[in-house]
Amino acid sequence: MSETSNLRKILFLFAILLAFQFVLWATFSPLVTAADVNPQTVAQVTVYPDLNINDVIFLLLVGFVGGLVSGFIGSGGAFVLTPAMMSMGVPGIIAVASNICHKFPKALVGAMKRAKYGQVDVKLGLVMGMSAEAGVLYGAHIQHTIKQSLGDSGSNLYVSVVFVVVLAIVGIYVLRDALKMRKSAEPEKEEVTKLALWVQSINIPFTMVYFPSLKAKVSVLITLPLGFATGMLAATIAVGGFIGVPSMIYVLGAPSLMASASELVIAFVMGLGGTIKYAWDGFVDIRLAMIILAGSLFGIQLGAIGTTYVKPYMVKLVMGTIMVLVLFSRGLMVPVYLSELNYISPIEKNLAGILSNVSFVMLIAALLVGGVIVLYALWSGHRAHHLEQKASS
Amino acid sequence: MKQRVLLYTIVLGIMSAGLYFLLWWLEKPIMSYSQQGKWYFIIPIAIAFAFSLVHGAFTGYFWEALGIQAKSTKEK
Repeated sequence: MSETSNLRKILFLFAILLAFQFVLWATFSPLVTAADVNPQTVAQVTVYPDLNINDVIFLLLVGFVGGLVSGFIGSGGAFVLTPAMMSMGVPGIIAVASNICHKFPKALVGAMKRAKYGQVDVKLGLVMGMSAEAGVLYGAHIQHTIKQSLGDSGSNLYVSVVFVVVLAIVGIYVLRDALKMRKSAEPEKEEVTKLALWVQSINIPFTMVYFPSLKAKVSVLITLPLGFATGMLAATIAVGGFIGVPSMIYVLGAPSLMASASELVIAFVMGLGGTIKYAWDGFVDIRLAMIILAGSLFGIQLGAIGTTYVKPYMVKLVMGTIMVLVLFSRGLMVPVYLSELNYISPIEKNLAGILSNVSFVMLIAALLVGGVIVLYALWSGHRAHHLEQKASS
Repeated sequence: MKQRVLLYTIVLGIMSAGLYFLLWWLEKPIMSYSQQGKWYFIIPIAIAFAFSLVHGAFTGYFWEALGIQAKSTKEK
């Protein structure tokens, strides 16, 4: 009986979600279309890429590590996949569309897995996800406007500057907090920030919603801008979680494990909306998306299992480490784009090429380092648990 | 219990491989319909959901069959 009622609730929520996606899409689509309203772009992407076996293996591996990190911290991997596909000759818009199309089924599987461990706050995820969807569409509109006025270099510069500024502020804060928790006498204990306590104390009539992960009521007028910022970041750098997870932890007061798990719900909502938008224009290469998904679902299951063995600071440690490494990767490219726009004296072509390659390698390294920490945490946690059980029996 | 997990892993693995085979076999019509966009957007969405259901369940059982399971099932 309760299962039927749960199923009804889920179907009802899903129907609302789809209806909401259509309303948003209808509102924002006149502002920006997936093809950047350029008929040449449409013509260029009608030829879908042919992949060789090396490309497929590379995508499977990146998908696996991306999934591993996503299962653990709620997001990640996407920032490597789009440039990786483009380096294989996949047109940019197909790379973005196919990446986002693998994101929503991955997030769905991850969210369901972590819901089994009692870590997901579906309500918080859906509320933040819906405003994130609006943020994605508005972020795409800003990108489009910048691209029109400053071209590709301007758009790349904007993306890199957003990366550097956001990751420098949030990434360093998250990493510092993780290291502080690790050294503390009670590393398992997570303290709710003063900001979150203040946010929870604000009472705005008719807007208060109880969120189980916070064990408190918070006004949706506060969650709306947080979700919107998450979506805007997702549209800009493909990883909304770098804002979404820290904001749920530090601004709303959610525990790290619940914040990272609820981020998967947000990623599902944003991914589904994004896929509808790009698929409507015919840009999704489902073969590419399913190749990445093949690897990433193995990873996301493992990452989700890993969360049951670790202390909460590990989520922050992995997220902060990846963010700081990505920050350096994107920071390297800022002078290149500034020189392309003639804002600084020109950089030699060779040097620009080297910087670009080093930046891409650092992106992959960021993901790999995250993956290795997750695997190590899983392995050591699993081993300690096994020994504990052996000793008690 | 272990045998049941192994059986599910094998059955779902075969189903997942079957889905990938179908995607490869029907590649041309799938791609040509997807490319047309508009209401054909349903095709990639439906495929993604089908794969997440089958391949997602397979990968879950896969790790379980290898003995890699969550520490606890409730409340962290």
